[in-house]
Amino acid sequence: MTRAAPVLDALDALESESIHIFREVAGEFDRPVILFSGGKDSTLLVHLAVKAFAPARVPFPLLHVDTGHNYPEVIDFRDRLVERLDLRLEVAHVQDWIDDGRLVERPDGTRNPLQTVPLLDSINEHRFDAVFGGGRRDEERARAKERIISLRDAFGRWDPRSQRPELWNLYNGRHSPGEHVRVFPISNWTELDVWRYIRRENVELPSIYYAHERPVFRRDGMWLAEGPWGGPRGNETMETKTVRYRTVGDGSCTGAVESAATTLDEIIAEVAASRLTERGATRADDRLSEAAMEDRKREGYF
Amino acid sequence: MAASDNGETTAPEAIGAEPCHPRDLLRFATAGSVDDGKSTLVGRLLYDTKSVLADQIEAVQRASVDKGLATPDLSLLVDGLRAEREQGITIDVAYRYFATPQREFVLADTPGHVQYTRNTVTGASTAELAVLLVDARNGIVEQTRRHAAVLALLRVPRLVLAINKIDLVSYDEETLTAIAKDFASLARSLGFPDDAVVTIPVSALVGDNVVERSQRTPWYDGPTLLGHLESVPVVGPELRAPFRMPVQYVIRPRGSGRDDLHDYRGYAGQVASGTVAPGDEVVVLPGGRRTTVAAVDTADGPLDVAGARRSVTIRLADDIDISRGDLLAAADAPPRVTSELETTVCWLAEKPLRSGARLLLKHGTRTTQVIVGAITERLDPETLRFGEAPAQLQINDIAHVGLRAADALPVDDYADVRATGSFLLIDPPTGNTLAAGLVGFPLADALG
Repeated sequence: MTRAAPVLDALDALESESIHIFREVAGEFDRPVILFSGGKDSTLLVHLAVKAFAPARVPFPLLHVDTGHNYPEVIDFRDRLVERLDLRLEVAHVQDWIDDGRLVERPDGTRNPLQTVPLLDSINEHRFDAVFGGGRRDEERARAKERIISLRDAFGRWDPRSQRPELWNLYNGRHSPGEHVRVFPISNWTELDVWRYIRRENVELPSIYYAHERPVFRRDGMWLAEGPWGGPRGNETMETKTVRYRTVGDGSCTGAVESAATTLDEIIAEVAASRLTERGATRADDRLSEAAMEDRKREGYF
Repeated sequence: MAASDNGETTAPEAIGAEPCHPRDLLRFATAGSVDDGKSTLVGRLLYDTKSVLADQIEAVQRASVDKGLATPDLSLLVDGLRAEREQGITIDVAYRYFATPQREFVLADTPGHVQYTRNTVTGASTAELAVLLVDARNGIVEQTRRHAAVLALLRVPRLVLAINKIDLVSYDEETLTAIAKDFASLARSLGFPDDAVVTIPVSALVGDNVVERSQRTPWYDGPTLLGHLESVPVVGPELRAPFRMPVQYVIRPRGSGRDDLHDYRGYAGQVASGTVAPGDEVVVLPGGRRTTVAAVDTADGPLDVAGARRSVTIRLADDIDISRGDLLAAADAPPRVTSELETTVCWLAEKPLRSGARLLLKHGTRTTQVIVGAITERLDPETLRFGEAPAQLQINDIAHVGLRAADALPVDDYADVRATGSFLLIDPPTGNTLAAGLVGFPLADALG
């Protein structure tokens, strides 16, 4: 029996693939969790999870590894989202690890690299066995070889040389006690797919993604905001600029871009015309070295 | 902005000027042997479709200067892991993304030398098309034949032979025509229909016929590589196969506080093949109960009909005990239910396979124990014939293997329905994936 079914466009196909991944993990793991930063990729994850299990609730909690270097708009957004969807939120405060001596503040004040230990400790403490992240393969060359379901050993380490082959859509998430898997449901999405889908689905994002006025200073070619993490040094001076953020991260090393884009249409036009990838433009931690991301992933970073 | 009749493309979008209509998605794989220039070809596709952004190009330029190269090495756009850059080889399957106004592309770039079966099988398992690369100076080599055999085994619906480095044979028509003819006969012997195979002469290094039509091949009147990728029909064979859907998860919103949902019970899954609509009669396997589809739900509301690859939640007319691991199938064309499986196995692990081994088998959403029976025939990679099997299978071997499963499984021949004809073999102590399995003998049948 052949009968016409509507052809799936690219966004429908990506959505269906992501929903399939969420349901596989819900069916095979005992204690999954979604890593949530308040950024657009993790917000998209939550949106897809809601659609995967509707009309029931999302059957797992969120985990926010909080650097303490936050934008109030993002925390406010996070709390409203959690309440609206009736989710459970776990927060791992990097500050707690610094306070009790398990971590030491870096000389440059950046806390992005400090997130790995609180993340792994929280995974152990809560016995999470599957950790959803918003990583996409188009972000970076090391990520291009990441599996959709990717095994981490008891130390949270990724071994790119001994990854399991991923065949058809049969995911193998078997692991020993103490090991866990990282799951990347939006592996196959590009940055533009994410934005177009957010527009199509009318997904709410934190306001800092849209152009706004903000006092900022220039460092290493990026516009940084002042905050608890510090402010301008030497000849750096504060200026008020119309900016927006392309990613949400540690405020000490996540730069804003000058932009007048106040709507999703304008953001998409801007992203489409952009000549820099989102990480290269705005994440100082990825610029540290050619192999920066691979090294951090090996150690158990997101 | 449509592709013209001869498949030539218009200017690629700058990473994504707004498409004027909804675009579909083509998943394809590339395969080739060492030094065929595959990473350069992939780098060229990304570069010429403007999918590579300024900071990535700068990183490649810096690295090329460090290596003492005069021009940017586009393969560096693709080789992602440190060991790969240090050794100048590609180790693992890498996924790449680009788009044109016509279509979005997901490319599985599969390296050719180490563990070629593992990588090619992985890339081919989700591909609707494969680009096989050869060096114009060498033509069809043993590696090409092995790769083509794996693509035939996995039933990749469409095949492109890209004859690379045509600049190094002076764009000689006779050389290229001879390679194309060799390949056509190879493809035919592997069971590819003639209209599923296209040969394109390219130079990835210079850019001839990859995105831009070459002025140096006036005798070639076919499409450019990108033109072909943009215009080839993508509707997969799975849409024409009978309806199958493994149940992933049972959705029961009890306790949500909404009384209207108290009795809601939906079976969540991704349609694996065919189509499903309210009123369809379905059978629940392996149990065998029949019922009718009451609704095909999504978070955006019910659908009149859902086709292969769509994730849905199906409600049924009757209250039947169904859980993860069950399969919903068209009642008038059900799969067979059996615990004795005749299969083709691609062995991907260092550890050898022996008859009598106890393994786990993952099929759809069900995992069960299996005992390996007889290893009857193995593919000879040189002659591409199935012949006498060794006592144990080694990595990269493709062989016919009998399996006895602890539970009866609803299976189709892989050649008929990919989703219900494929499975993994898993090592119980380590959990590692050992093999890709296909029900039936899809390659042996094609070889005749």
